[in-house]
Amino acid sequence: MTTLIPHLFRTEYRKIVSVLCRRFGFREIETAEDIVSDTFLTAAQSWGIEGAPPNPAGWLYEVAKNKARNYLHRQSILNDKILPEMLGWESKFDENEIDLSPVNINDSQLQMMFAVCHPAISAESQIALSLRILCGFGIEEIADAFQLSKDTINKRLLRAKEKLREANIPIEMPDTGEISARLEPVLTTIYLLFNEGYYSVSKNKVLRKDLCLEAMRLCTMLIENAQTNEPQVNALLSLMCFHASRFEARLNGEGALVIYEEQDTDLWNTDLVSKGGYFLRCAAGGKTLSRYHLEAAIAYWHTVKTEGSEKWENILQCYNQLLQLHYSPAAALSRTYAFSKVHGKEAAIREAEKLGLTGNHFYHLLLGELSFPADPLNGQEHFKKALALAKTETEKHAILRKLRQNNLPK
Amino acid sequence: MDEYIVFMRLDLITKDAQPSPEQLQVYMQQYQDWVGGIAAQNKFAGGKGLSTEGKVITFNDVVTDGPFVELKESIAGFIIIKAESLEEATEMARACPILKGEGNSVEVRMITTVHPQA
Repeated sequence: MTTLIPHLFRTEYRKIVSVLCRRFGFREIETAEDIVSDTFLTAAQSWGIEGAPPNPAGWLYEVAKNKARNYLHRQSILNDKILPEMLGWESKFDENEIDLSPVNINDSQLQMMFAVCHPAISAESQIALSLRILCGFGIEEIADAFQLSKDTINKRLLRAKEKLREANIPIEMPDTGEISARLEPVLTTIYLLFNEGYYSVSKNKVLRKDLCLEAMRLCTMLIENAQTNEPQVNALLSLMCFHASRFEARLNGEGALVIYEEQDTDLWNTDLVSKGGYFLRCAAGGKTLSRYHLEAAIAYWHTVKTEGSEKWENILQCYNQLLQLHYSPAAALSRTYAFSKVHGKEAAIREAEKLGLTGNHFYHLLLGELSFPADPLNGQEHFKKALALAKTETEKHAILRKLRQNNLPK
Repeated sequence: MDEYIVFMRLDLITKDAQPSPEQLQVYMQQYQDWVGGIAAQNKFAGGKGLSTEGKVITFNDVVTDGPFVELKESIAGFIIIKAESLEEATEMARACPILKGEGNSVEVRMITTVHPQA
């Protein structure tokens, strides 16, 4: 029970909210959210006493439907009987059944994705709102993802909803000509969701995997729809398949990270590797080379088990291009690692020192790594700086292990 | 941080001066490693390669073939980089691999906008 409700909140909250919201219109998004939150509260109370029902999701749908029906009923009394007499209004609600069929859930979520990622609101608000409405993230988790306070996130969400209401955004698919541009923030959000699972500090392996699968599912929804089946969408799914293929290998029994070089390659999921290859081929059409194409190519080369100059030369070239398209400190550091594999550690140290990332513990971890065996003292210094800058126990643990492996005092 | 444009000039026309496809691949990797190194510092702001075909128009509306005024001065491409000073920009440009070729040159200029921007 302690994991079931949070799990269902993550998978079902957004579905029901999307359906209700599409039914009520964006103006009533808070009502939709309240109805669904209330449904989960009822579930927590009732299941706590009686135990979970055999079909928990179906149970939630029924209860949400009843609550929505009651709400619509009260509204229709207000709108049909009271307000028309007071103000001469027309009725705007009908009491049709709330449709929680798989097809309508699917359509509602797709349309919701685009509504939430509408250019009327800022990119950061789009992402925050997407994480809340499309992914069922808690406020605390969103705050964590952004490294901001819960208060700031709450305000941001409120403002974003206000903006969407003001702009009167319909919950529908964008025009064909707009799709590509409108897909951009949707893909960013899906990728963030995936990364939340893949790189999360949480040791709850099941939940983390679930997040990754959810992101892949959202992306699959876009691919299954002819209108949104664009090359960059396929590239993103390919990328996520390649990453996910190492999911089992990169976490040990305790949920701690196993670095790439030490992974048991027998645990790499060959099924996901071939799926990644399939979607990468699907992504080859069209003229755009998106960051997802490059990241998918990098991820592909990481699934190649034979070490060799071809592998790392390709990875380096992809990182070179990726950084021109989309800078990130993580990509800059990974590029420098690939550079060391191609041009040697000494040349890579010179590249690393130009990066201006001295406050980043991965920077010191990389420089520590590159300093061995030529300059162990310098390497030790960098590992110690990395240790001081590391934020989580998992990271600290990994660095201490490094120090031990290299026979260095803490 | 200001933007600087780096023009890369080399002889694109003389047959003997052109690399073989294998050489070209090596040159492109070196070039991408150089640009990638700048981008890894978050100091890359754009760039384009140019086709070897072109026209030169001079005074009195004289139009000639060729993307050059002087052979050695044809522009192969340019990138725009971000730097604190002309010195820093020059330091980055000095590592441009086309400078390994005799007679080639790069020119570094700060961008001062005189055109309205969107």
